[in-house]
Amino acid sequence: MYRPVHQVLLATVIALVVVGCGEHLESAGPLGDPTTAPESITGQTITLVTHDSFVLSDGVLDAFTRATGVGVVQRAAGDTGQMVATAILTGDNPLGDVMFGVDNTFLQRALDADLFEPYVSPALSGVPEGLRLDSRHRVTPIDYGDVCINYWKDRFDDDLPPPQSLADLADPAYRGLLVVQNPETSSPGLAFLLATISEYGNGWEDYWRALRDNDVLVTAGWEEAYYGAFVSGGGDRPIVVSYASSPPAEVVYADPPVTEAPTGVVTDTCFRQVEFAGILSGTQHRAASEALIDFMLTPIFQEDLPLSMFVYPAVESTALPRVFLDHVDTPVAPHHLDPATIGANRNMWTERWTDLVLR
Amino acid sequence: MDRSGSPLGRLSNRGLLLVALAPVTFLTVFFVYPIASILWRGATSDIGSLLESFGKPTFVRVVWFTLWQAAASTALTVVIALPTCHLLALHRFRGRAALRAATTVPFVLPTVVVGGAFTALFDRLGLDGGVFRVHHTIWAVLLAHVFFNVAVVVRTVGSFWEGMGVGPEEQARSLGASPWQALRWVTLPRLGPALASAASIVFLFCLTSFGVILILGGPTMATLETEVWRHAVWRGDLPSATALAVVQLVAVVAAVTVTNRLQRQLVVPGRQQAGRLPKPARHLLAANLAGVGLLIGLPVAVLLERSLSTHGGYSFRNYSALADRVDLLPVSSLVALSNSLLFAVLATGMAVVVGGLASVVVVHGRHWTSRLLDLGMTLPLGASAVTLGFGMLIALDEPPLDFRSSRWLVPVAHALVGVPFVIRILVPTLRSVDARLREAAAVLGASPTSVRMEVDLPIAWRGLLVGAGFAFAVSIGEFGATSFLPRSPDRLTAPLALFRLLGTPGEALRGQAMALAVVLMGLTACAVLAIERVRGPIRGSL
Repeated sequence: MYRPVHQVLLATVIALVVVGCGEHLESAGPLGDPTTAPESITGQTITLVTHDSFVLSDGVLDAFTRATGVGVVQRAAGDTGQMVATAILTGDNPLGDVMFGVDNTFLQRALDADLFEPYVSPALSGVPEGLRLDSRHRVTPIDYGDVCINYWKDRFDDDLPPPQSLADLADPAYRGLLVVQNPETSSPGLAFLLATISEYGNGWEDYWRALRDNDVLVTAGWEEAYYGAFVSGGGDRPIVVSYASSPPAEVVYADPPVTEAPTGVVTDTCFRQVEFAGILSGTQHRAASEALIDFMLTPIFQEDLPLSMFVYPAVESTALPRVFLDHVDTPVAPHHLDPATIGANRNMWTERWTDLVLR
Repeated sequence: MDRSGSPLGRLSNRGLLLVALAPVTFLTVFFVYPIASILWRGATSDIGSLLESFGKPTFVRVVWFTLWQAAASTALTVVIALPTCHLLALHRFRGRAALRAATTVPFVLPTVVVGGAFTALFDRLGLDGGVFRVHHTIWAVLLAHVFFNVAVVVRTVGSFWEGMGVGPEEQARSLGASPWQALRWVTLPRLGPALASAASIVFLFCLTSFGVILILGGPTMATLETEVWRHAVWRGDLPSATALAVVQLVAVVAAVTVTNRLQRQLVVPGRQQAGRLPKPARHLLAANLAGVGLLIGLPVAVLLERSLSTHGGYSFRNYSALADRVDLLPVSSLVALSNSLLFAVLATGMAVVVGGLASVVVVHGRHWTSRLLDLGMTLPLGASAVTLGFGMLIALDEPPLDFRSSRWLVPVAHALVGVPFVIRILVPTLRSVDARLREAAAVLGASPTSVRMEVDLPIAWRGLLVGAGFAFAVSIGEFGATSFLPRSPDRLTAPLALFRLLGTPGEALRGQAMALAVVLMGLTACAVLAIERVRGPIRGSL
């Protein structure tokens, strides 16, 4: 008597699979009609390697193909750390022509492995000096974001105002309220550690001892912190390490819709993360790859970044969406460290941190 | 050693070689060669610091913790699962098939989701702090491992037990043995091979546990698997990662060798019996359902509740949202689901063919070849996702083995993990086919081929289907290796989509992630039910 039901289910499964196959077969021919493109690169296809978070609105890459005649195949290669490790391992036979998404915390490791060929894009003039972190232009800044302390507004009032600085977090008034991520396993966790090192210099160890005494909670990743321990996910800690763009995300993806973000950002605690693109060494499509880097700095690409990836466009003149203007407190002077300093010290710093905070 | 029963059970050497060709090629190209390549690369890049890392005190601590938590998790899983095995194998009641399929459900759940469900449960039950704190302790890890793996024992041991019959137990009871004595001295020894099989799978799974350790164990816990990942990806320290991966591989080889030996030695040829199954006593059924319900049902109920809760009360809004593409994802969750289904179907097909052929060689092959193949085919279950993923990237990058960017690589990686299930479930069943049954068939004039077709096959069929169900579930829930293989963004799988949805703030995204998890569970349960209902090629009289 159960059989018909199962046959229906089996049929559903098969139908879904068939639908899936259909979609796989379609996504082949990328080329549009090349009008303005130089003869030489028209008809080429290049491979863009990205991290898993890379996503654009429909049609953005098609615009590049229409303009240049160059097709783009995308390859997602895990998170930023996985992508960089993969690129280093496959250096003698790279996975693609252009890589997007290496950030300033991993930059030095990628540069040390000679992953990229230098290229100065003509569009670079629109990018602020402060974001151009490689003087030899092996990578081009495309976007940036800030890792900051976020707090749940409802849990603070006149008696206990929201924290204003890193120092406040070590104040006994805020005891047991903070959740952070392990800098050995989480990207925002590492950025926050770097913010404290930028603020306190050699005194960072004392600061973390104080945080530990103030009952800081450590989780392995962002998800467990934000959706486990933080108020937003039903936890009881009202202060968390997250992004400056988390409040607009809380608005865009709110249920029910809200007019004001439930969370706020402590702008004095932010560490700036810059994401770069670079031409992978050994590419056979140098000119087409240059064209793609140029395209990443055009308005159509830059304007798509905020709502696709919740980051800021690197080109200063780019128009921002309303929700970013209304719900983001932009840090005036975010913390930053030289990529070479990060590259030389990060393993030593995270080891020290582990001894101080977890043991 | 001739465990295959009568001479009729032997295949000719040439025939066997032919059968072995496919599984051996598959294993060599997609596992042995990639793993060897990455270990070689790591070892030759800086041999000095590789050797150095063996001597660090943290290294020893990690190895020791990895081993004992895996052993403890395995023991606990077997003990907790056995009563359910008994109930499902020897009693007939309404909802039996559904209960059996339900135990498979945890298997496909991404750890980030399960971790969240457990954390919420601990919170509600007051186990997140104080004297009875479970969160971020070893107890949370053990509990989650039992949750994930109870299905392995229930299905592997259960399907074996069902075919085993209860004749010897009844004889023992009629000779005056107590039920406990019958269980201890008759049933458990007869279950030996299947228990060894199940335990080895669970042990390997817990040995390579990743998400459970990080999320539920907390930041102070580390296993070989998490350390390989941390060193290779996070610290960019390939030599240390290699040292850890080598130790992990040695541990896996040792564990599989021991359990394979056990599995062979414990074989007790049993008479396959078909009997009418009794209905269980009501209290037995109730107690068992309560236990399984608490363990599997509670976390699943938490997910279900979260997936349905939307602004203004419960609704299916999160489910209907699955069809629309969120800006954060390259495709809609529904497309990701269909990708996962396609990969799972392909992976299951490969696992059944490769695992089925390998099982024949393991059972009928010569001594050492069969042992080596049995060991080799099981290893992928215990290899770290990092090692396998990176290995495939550097080994399979040039013709004739240029599979690095192939759409087949993800299902192949999934099939590697599915194959051991097929073999572990099929081999004990094949070995236990009563030699007398075959002799009887031969005496009655059946040819060797028809004995194989009409005796072996129907008995093997059931085991093959249970194995296929697992291969399907493993594939549809796989996260680690998939994330290491570069893929086209529109081939996003459901677990990867789920992880992305949970990576950005916003109640709507979280609701959709929960709905996706529930659909993933439901789909798997249905698929497993459907797979196991596929009729055999020949209707056996058993």
